[in-house]
Amino acid sequence: MSDHDSHEHHDHDHSHLDGMELKVRTLESLLVEKGYVDPGALDEIVETYETRVGPRNGAAVVAKAWNDPAYLDRLRENATAAIGELGFTGRQGEHMRIVENTPQIHNMVVCTLCSCYPWPVLGLPPVWYKSAPYRSRAVSEPEKVLSEFGVTLPEGKTIRVWDSTAEMRYLVIPERPAGTEGWHEEQLAELVTRDSMIGTGLALSPDETT
Amino acid sequence: MSAREALAQIASIPRDCGEPVFAEPWEARAFALAVHLNERGVFTWSEWAETFGANLKANTLAGEPASYYEVWWQTLEEMGERHGLATALERSHRSDEWQAAAARTPHGKPIEL
Repeated sequence: MSDHDSHEHHDHDHSHLDGMELKVRTLESLLVEKGYVDPGALDEIVETYETRVGPRNGAAVVAKAWNDPAYLDRLRENATAAIGELGFTGRQGEHMRIVENTPQIHNMVVCTLCSCYPWPVLGLPPVWYKSAPYRSRAVSEPEKVLSEFGVTLPEGKTIRVWDSTAEMRYLVIPERPAGTEGWHEEQLAELVTRDSMIGTGLALSPDETT
Repeated sequence: MSAREALAQIASIPRDCGEPVFAEPWEARAFALAVHLNERGVFTWSEWAETFGANLKANTLAGEPASYYEVWWQTLEEMGERHGLATALERSHRSDEWQAAAARTPHGKPIEL
C-alpha cells in the first residue's frame, strides 16, 4: 500500500533537458540505436561505481537529525528548507519530505524515474531502483523485497511504501543504531548508507564500520 | 580492457579511497561510455588516454577551463566522430529531438523519444 499526501501538480510544467544531461542522452541514444553500445552493459559499469556518485549529503542530514531534536523538528516541518540549511540545494533537491523509521514502522521509497530521485541528497540511484519489477514488487510484497536485500525486520513491524515523484521526494530517516550515544555527527554520518536512506537497508551498526 | 584496468591507466581520474568519484550522475555515464566502447573494441585505451590527455592539457591553457568530465565528454564526442560512430550533425538533430520530447513530457514522467 502506498500513502500519498496532497501533491502539488503543475499541469503546464513540462520536463527540461539541458546541459550535459542532454548531451549524454543524445550521444548515448545514437550509439545504442546503431548497436555500438549495449545499454545493459553500460548500466553494469555505472552500477559498479554508483555508490560513489554524488556527495551523499543525506548522510549529514540524517546524522544531524539524530543528534539535534530542533533540527529534526525543522525537517518535519519543511524538509527542503532544513536540508537547504546545510547548503544542499538545487533542482533535484526540491520538494523533499522526510519519513521516519521507528520501532513500529519501516519506510521504503520507490520511484520509476530518475527525474524524481534527489541525487544531490542521496547519491546516484541504484540501477534496479528504476525498474518496473522492483517498483511493483516493493508495493505488493515489501517483506520479500527487503529480505532479498538482506534486511529482516522484527515481527509485526509495519512497512510503509512511498511513491516518489518530481513533486514529492522522500528521504528515509533510519533508526539510530544502538551503541552510538555521544557520537559526533561526522561519526554518525559514516553509518548512514545510501540504501538506508531509501529504506532498502538499515543504518550500519558501529561494529559494521572500521 | 576492464574498467579496473582502464582506471589504473589514467591516474588523473578523481578518486576517493581509490574509487572514482563523480560529482553528478552524467559523469558516471560518461565514464562508463568510454570504458564500454573500449571493451567493445571501438578504440584502444591507449588511444583514449592519449587523446584525452591532449585535450586536458589544452583545457588548462584555455581562458575558462572546463571541468574534468566536460573534457572527458569532449573527447568522447571527438572519438565518436573519428571512428564514424556519430557525426556532429547527427548529434545536433538528436539533441533537438530530445528537447522536443522533454517539452511534451509533463514533470515526473519518463522522457522518451
